[in-house]
Amino acid sequence: MDGSSGPTPEALTAMPQALAGVRICDFCGQLAGAGATRWLAAFGAEVIRIEDPVRQGRWDILRGIGPFVDERRGIEFGGGYNNHNVEKLGITINLRTERGKELLAEIVRQSDCVTENFAAGVLERLGFGYERLKALRPDIIYVSNCGFGQVGPYAAFKTWGPIVQAVSGLSFASGLPGQPPAGWGYSYMDHTGGYYMAMAILLALIHRKRTGEGQWVDLACTESALTLHGPALLDWSVNGRPTRREGQPHSNRNEWPPMAPHGVYASAGEDAWVAIACRGEADWRRLAAVIDTPWTDDMTFASLAGRLANQDALDAHLSAWTAARDKFEVQRLLREAGVPCSAVQTPQERVDQDPDTEGLWPLVTHTAMGEVRVDGLPARFSATPWTMTRGAPCLGEHNEAVFGRLLGLSPAEVAELQAEGVI
Amino acid sequence: MTAPEKSALAGFRVIELANERIAFAGKLLADMGADVILVEPPGGDPARRYPPFLDDVPGPERSLWWWHYNTSKRGVTLDLERNEDRAQFKELVTTADILLESEPRGRLAALGLDYHDLRAARPELIFVSMTPYGRGGSDAPAVDLTLLAGGGPAWSCGYDDHTLPPVRGGGGQSYHTGCHFAAMSALTALFWRLTSGEGQFIDVSMHQAQNVTTEAASYSWLVAQQTVQRQTGRHAAAVPTGETQMRCQDGRWVNTGVPPRSPADYGAILGWVRELALEADFPEAIFLEMGANLEKPLTYDRIGVDDEATAIFMAGREALALIAANVSAYDYFIGCQRRGVAVGVIYSPEEAFEDEHFKARGFQVAVEHEDLARTFRYPGAPYRLTASPWRISRRAPKLGEHNAELLRQPAKTG
Repeated sequence: MDGSSGPTPEALTAMPQALAGVRICDFCGQLAGAGATRWLAAFGAEVIRIEDPVRQGRWDILRGIGPFVDERRGIEFGGGYNNHNVEKLGITINLRTERGKELLAEIVRQSDCVTENFAAGVLERLGFGYERLKALRPDIIYVSNCGFGQVGPYAAFKTWGPIVQAVSGLSFASGLPGQPPAGWGYSYMDHTGGYYMAMAILLALIHRKRTGEGQWVDLACTESALTLHGPALLDWSVNGRPTRREGQPHSNRNEWPPMAPHGVYASAGEDAWVAIACRGEADWRRLAAVIDTPWTDDMTFASLAGRLANQDALDAHLSAWTAARDKFEVQRLLREAGVPCSAVQTPQERVDQDPDTEGLWPLVTHTAMGEVRVDGLPARFSATPWTMTRGAPCLGEHNEAVFGRLLGLSPAEVAELQAEGVI
Repeated sequence: MTAPEKSALAGFRVIELANERIAFAGKLLADMGADVILVEPPGGDPARRYPPFLDDVPGPERSLWWWHYNTSKRGVTLDLERNEDRAQFKELVTTADILLESEPRGRLAALGLDYHDLRAARPELIFVSMTPYGRGGSDAPAVDLTLLAGGGPAWSCGYDDHTLPPVRGGGGQSYHTGCHFAAMSALTALFWRLTSGEGQFIDVSMHQAQNVTTEAASYSWLVAQQTVQRQTGRHAAAVPTGETQMRCQDGRWVNTGVPPRSPADYGAILGWVRELALEADFPEAIFLEMGANLEKPLTYDRIGVDDEATAIFMAGREALALIAANVSAYDYFIGCQRRGVAVGVIYSPEEAFEDEHFKARGFQVAVEHEDLARTFRYPGAPYRLTASPWRISRRAPKLGEHNAELLRQPAKTG
């Protein structure tokens, strides 16, 4: 099946949505939480994002920070917030008020899931811990996502993506010898914690559909992260070999399976780099044929064992070859020869010039910001495609619609609640 | 011990065509109770030969890479180039809910085993194809390194010193990211099938999966045409930011993620400086005191503009550096966190695995290898579903281990 020609926009809107009818009462913010419900919303779940009117939703710091589309600033203009909350509905509830708590209780009764990524225990202190949620709706699914989970010695500890990555070994495992940890230049675990949260919600929905049973899911982002080192952890628990040892990490090289050459090499131009890997002897012979200079015939490099033992010398030769060429020229030459190779692409190159990301950046309409491109999803579904057309909600943008439809409140009653500081 | 029938995916069958790229997606479903049948060629999947090996002795049943990525699966061998085996494969598919594949471009179509060929006999099949650039994309060869280089992550990872190359984050993360999307896709389609009864074809691009897993790198360009630049141990940014990694007394590293800005943080840091009897060496303590008396947290727009705010902000960072120089990385981590300051110790993976928090949560799980008469500690659950829990139901399958129970006549192996 060829995925190159997707359905037309008109056809898309006529197609069924995989998660239509699922309602999420969503407290998720930042990226670690919002990234999870973003997936669900793109497949048609009704995600009702609840924010605090008193703090103007600023618990989610992305509401007010850049990038910005233009000179306008404030809580309706955060580019990251828009990216992570497309297709969601936005309402406000002041949970310090009794009436606000009643409104939330009613929404919980009508929801399939309650999702949040507050620090451990926050929702409980607001009066909506799992026992209460279950009392409101016996088959409710409650998914909590925080750095260290709701239980355990570090449950009260605070985290951000970089801290999750530090404690789980991910930062350590990214770096060059003789240098500090390079870590991850972004919150990889906010994304990935969100993916695990989305999987957990879907698994719980499937379980409930088949058994009628709801449940609580305790997701600790550090634990999700720790599963991403499987072979290294087994090398430790089975063989007793630590990853903290001389010469490690050297994460542009590859141990499992061993490959050489395998690295990131400077190419012509400023801060321009190209990644090259030889999976085996055939790749090496293809690479040598492209380079076609005497050093590739050096018997030292004739076997994998030889190339691994002399990898610094091999890399020096290869760097001299790449340094004289444009990174995309190297990519073209080596790909044509069948050798894994990729330019280290800049954001502009990936987003605007790479045919392999076509269709990945949908244009959504945000009420305040206007039209903005966002991250799409990397999966094409033949029957139930994802859609993203509506930008993130402005603060309380859907108060009237949601309180009206779910709770039967009139626009006048909604206005009164707003005037009273309840919403 | 939870009964297996309580697993979220109990009763669903998944056929996985063995390939190093897709193995993790199969594990994600298998550990949630799906009956995952791994189909290998008679000679075995090449990943069986990946180190590290049990006791460092190579062998197709000794790869720890293989062990990890294939827990809870059963395994059969089929030579899909042979008519008889293809027929067997099709029969297996008629019993399956999900098929996972990452075969070379065009191979399944040439064998008559692509989605179009299989859906007639099994309309409810969810066919998940996950390939480096998607079915409609480039057919270039790819490995983890090149996917992370082309897809965005490498651009953002590395050091302040740009004469050093961008760095690939370790652990095979591009495959993990691809597989997360493959698993989310399979579960989404499965939920829909429970209502509609219909299957579908899903085409996951690993390259695109990396592209949407770069946090601000992609959307800074999409929104504002800004280019983030890599920095040591912290977020790549369009405008350079201060360091967040520090080396402690024992030579090990910690990361503060973001520097302290709240009055409570400054008060706690001041208290700690005093506890360690470092105040005499730290004249800037006065600014910590001012920070502790702030009415609200410092905002970034005042730092570097307002003298007092800048002095407080700098004093907070310098006090933490001073403390770090006097305690171990672990003590620094615990000391900060107990005072409400968000900090992480930079653990190696095995140090995290042995940490008391993860042990107390039961992260280490015992997996029996009855064939070796040994039990090994494996990494445990990525999430804790209380009613339908994650669970490793068995060790990885040996080559052709389940041919007799799953195939009409055992295929020849070797």
